[in-house]
Amino acid sequence: MNKRALTSLLLLLTVAAFLLSLMAGKVWIWPSSWAAANADGWIFLELRLPRALLGLCIGAVLGLSGAVMQGYLRNPLADPTVLGVSASAALGGVGAIYLGLNMLPFGLFACAMLGAGASILLLLAISRGGGPMGFILGGMVLSTLAGALTAFVISIAPNPFAASEIMNWLMGALTDRLMTDVWTALPFMAMGVAILLSTGRALDALTLGENGAKSLGINLFRLQWIIVLGVGLAVGASVAVSGVVGFVGLIVPHLIRAIYGEQPSKILLPSALGGAILTLTADSLVRLVPGPSEVRLGIAMAVLGAPFFLLLLLRYRKGAA
Amino acid sequence: MTLTVRNLGFAHAGRPTLEGIDATFESGKLTVILGPNGAGKSTLLACLAGLLEPQTGTASLHDTDITRMAPTDRARHIGLLPQGAETHWAISSKALVALGRIPHMRGAGTSADDRRAIAAAMSATATEDFAHRPVTQLSGGERARVLLARVLAGEPSWILADEPLANLDPGFQLDILNLLQQQAKAGKGVVAVLHDLHHAVRFAGHILLLHEGRLFAQGSVEDVITAANLAHVYGIDANLFKDEEGAVQLFIKGKVRT
Repeated sequence: MNKRALTSLLLLLTVAAFLLSLMAGKVWIWPSSWAAANADGWIFLELRLPRALLGLCIGAVLGLSGAVMQGYLRNPLADPTVLGVSASAALGGVGAIYLGLNMLPFGLFACAMLGAGASILLLLAISRGGGPMGFILGGMVLSTLAGALTAFVISIAPNPFAASEIMNWLMGALTDRLMTDVWTALPFMAMGVAILLSTGRALDALTLGENGAKSLGINLFRLQWIIVLGVGLAVGASVAVSGVVGFVGLIVPHLIRAIYGEQPSKILLPSALGGAILTLTADSLVRLVPGPSEVRLGIAMAVLGAPFFLLLLLRYRKGAA
Repeated sequence: MTLTVRNLGFAHAGRPTLEGIDATFESGKLTVILGPNGAGKSTLLACLAGLLEPQTGTASLHDTDITRMAPTDRARHIGLLPQGAETHWAISSKALVALGRIPHMRGAGTSADDRRAIAAAMSATATEDFAHRPVTQLSGGERARVLLARVLAGEPSWILADEPLANLDPGFQLDILNLLQQQAKAGKGVVAVLHDLHHAVRFAGHILLLHEGRLFAQGSVEDVITAANLAHVYGIDANLFKDEEGAVQLFIKGKVRT
């Protein structure tokens, strides 16, 4: 099958996953009642539509960021969390909940974005001129620090309810999101995605190593800025609206590479689509699991992701032997 | 068409790696940079390629300071085959060769000109047969040729090669040297960092011999490769003689006894 047909198929699957996400749940809502003036119509407009839109955007952002990070670091085990942006955005969100700022309109979102923004600046300062290695170390320092501070905030939570609210948010989910959440996060995500999609050629050049890329006229310093900014905006916004959803950025580029080949520029857009498909499908499935409360998306992803990771590891070992 | 360095110096962590290098590189010739490990060969090549900015002096291409050229513009004129033969993803040989066209690409996709240059580069290096094989599955010799084709695809007027023969078997080493010499004969400027003195005496049109960051000698094979120079720079005791065809032959007997 040629690449164009494959991409069409991915697009089709994305639409299908989006439709599934609009319909699936404890109450199935068929397209006939989407515009109905009853409870079903209300559920569709107020609950399902924002949730499906966010699933689409977040999945695409994570898939694309993962593909860019793996391409930039030339390491198939990298993912957007390597930069520490997710952890920092999460810290911002947790701080907001602790201080009660999440009661204000946009309070949680603003704090999470502030966390992401601070991590972007810190990262650039730490890894200035250090190349990918400085980058990865800087990201690790930030991740660890933000994680520790998050744990600290949880430990000093004034009461068990606050602590559980924080934990719940951290686990990552798309439940009970509103259209305003979509409109707040979308501009940041769109900007981030546009920035990241422009990196294809530079990532291809990095196949030849850093000196090879530089000799082809690629400005690696600029590339580093672009990636930090793009991932920061896109992933920061996605964490701000949905908490931390892991594994999408790690798994999706691998699946896409198996189909599309390994050239970094060729997997960017497909990874975005693949991320959307995976997230939308997983988020539909968590609603269908029987039980009083749904499985959090972040947990479902990790449960799905860990075995996949193991499989990957076994395949690599077989390849190395 | 010349590459020129004037009073070029570069220090790394306070220790000078290059000092006061004056040299002119001419097109149509294979210039070989020689010198023991740590003599500053790669640093000099990196300055010529515009990857490093010289701390003193200048490196220029036809009177234009290389560090002041726009990166894409520089990349169109000067192609670099970096050390280490790095290839990070299992992309096809043809896709790898196509990377050489990046400095020429404007919009998305490849132009007719790009496709012509890629085909010409692959034909010159005889790499068409494995155009669709992933580079990770190629033998060392095949991969070296594909990587050279990548540089040729950019159609630079200068080709700089940093230890292009490392980890290659003798036959493959000769393949690469022949290809570099062909390019020089076709009028390009070719500069290669080499380790093997036998290769240097056989293929070089011009030699720069570096020693502890300084240019110890430069000129033709006969001028530079002398028993005294080799003893001083490498600490080796070598016999040099001309064969019946008048070419310099080299036999290394051992280390100089001190």
